[in-house]
Amino acid sequence: MAHRWKNDLSYGDVTPEHVYLNRRQVIAGLAGTGLAVAAGSLSAETLEPNSWEEITTYNNFYEFGTGKEDPAKYAHQMKTDPWSVKIDGLVDNPGEYSFQDILSEMTVEERIYRFRCVEAWSMIVPWNGFELGDLLAMAGVQEGAKYAAFETLLRPSEMPGTAYRTIDWPYREGLRLDEALHPLTIMATGIYGKPIPNQNGAPLRLVVPWKYGFKSIKSIVRITLTDKEPPTSWSTLIPGEYGFYSNVNPKVDHPRWSQASERRIGGGLFSKRQPTLMFNGYENEVASLYEGMDLAQNY
Amino acid sequence: MKWPAFTRAWIWPRITDVLDRLNPYLRKLPVWAVYLAGALPPMVWLWMGATGRLGVEPISALEHKLGEAALQLLILGLAVTPLRRHLGLNLMKFRRAIGVLAFFYLSMHLLVWLLLDVQIPQQIWADIVKRPYITVGMAGFLLLLPPALTSNNFSVRRLGPRWRSVHRLVYVGVVLGGLHYLMLAKGFQIEPLIYLTIIGVLLLLRLQVQRKRQPGLPEPRNSLKQV
Repeated sequence: MAHRWKNDLSYGDVTPEHVYLNRRQVIAGLAGTGLAVAAGSLSAETLEPNSWEEITTYNNFYEFGTGKEDPAKYAHQMKTDPWSVKIDGLVDNPGEYSFQDILSEMTVEERIYRFRCVEAWSMIVPWNGFELGDLLAMAGVQEGAKYAAFETLLRPSEMPGTAYRTIDWPYREGLRLDEALHPLTIMATGIYGKPIPNQNGAPLRLVVPWKYGFKSIKSIVRITLTDKEPPTSWSTLIPGEYGFYSNVNPKVDHPRWSQASERRIGGGLFSKRQPTLMFNGYENEVASLYEGMDLAQNY
Repeated sequence: MKWPAFTRAWIWPRITDVLDRLNPYLRKLPVWAVYLAGALPPMVWLWMGATGRLGVEPISALEHKLGEAALQLLILGLAVTPLRRHLGLNLMKFRRAIGVLAFFYLSMHLLVWLLLDVQIPQQIWADIVKRPYITVGMAGFLLLLPPALTSNNFSVRRLGPRWRSVHRLVYVGVVLGGLHYLMLAKGFQIEPLIYLTIIGVLLLLRLQVQRKRQPGLPEPRNSLKQV
């Protein structure tokens, strides 16, 4: 089932980090010359991925603290080798799957996705990963399974943030089965072709690009297929603010802030806000999943 | 505070002794130096933000630094009287500077939010009306505006006894500031609760003193106004 989706965001070419950085300098250097018009339209698209530094130093991973820099500071304490994922519930082959065994069975491909946080900031991330559907197929989805539930590692000795009950650990997330099997939904194992850093959810994390970032649960140790909608951390903690679906939707505000616009990380102190796209720009691919649903009710 | 007598007897003189030795130095420190030192950090942060030294999201970083420092200065201003009364540390000379600086940080915080963060004028008003934590924050700012504008000798003379009533608005303003922080935090976070606890303790200390004063008796003439 791999290669079911083609990147619509591009590097221009498969840009290594240093070239990407240079390109930005080139664009900046062109300003004021006759070439500025062409360069300006290029940068206005903002389709280029964020830098490695941006992606790996500005994270929400509350197990390591609530500050944006905390994960980059403390996540190195997390041991990710050995790692296994328990797959259970309504599957034919329940059990502990080691990360190495999973990787050897999966086709890893590159997916350049928009990433939109519920806090109204966003990035473009060049993930490497495999489709969650392939992993679930390996476990054998049983008739009657309707949802997938996910759990993050909870190891307090390596996770200073869990000393506080910021949320009810371990972190939990969930998807409807059709969302989980959608070709856009991946398990990411890398960024920029390198192994995914701990602060970004090593060794494997979910990425659901049309939903707010907190749905894309990190450092997964358990996947359970169920017939009931599973409880998820944020919707349990503050049900009035976070729902099960949490699809990116500029028309449905978070009670504490507007979701109509977002700020792309990397623009500096005078960065302009830009309009948020329905389903984070993946409307053509996923809108049909929610046909007939009231998205203001099912937020 | 009711500590066991022996602990109190041992610790208390040592703390008050150290603090008391600070007082002569504080008396020599000119107020303008406090204004200057206090006004520098926002400039440095602005420069850091503009040059990529505040992380990859400098707008939020700057906004949060300014907001948190404003709250800390407001709390310090609130602590001046109890520090002198209970620990003998005399910062009274700097209280106005602390308050004015707090308002300066708060104004910068508001400006960063308006100009760099939200940017879109229609959304600013929508946010103030629709987002309770912003409503609370704006209310706090507006309540602190009259005390800030009357932090000068002219206003003290002009307003007479009403000056103190105007400056009691700070009590409400600082509570709203702490509440604003609590309301914007995601999940159950410890820091805003620490701030609110300190604010609560400082306000309770004042209530305690007011209750001790006997009603009907005039205050001794030489007593500084301690509220």
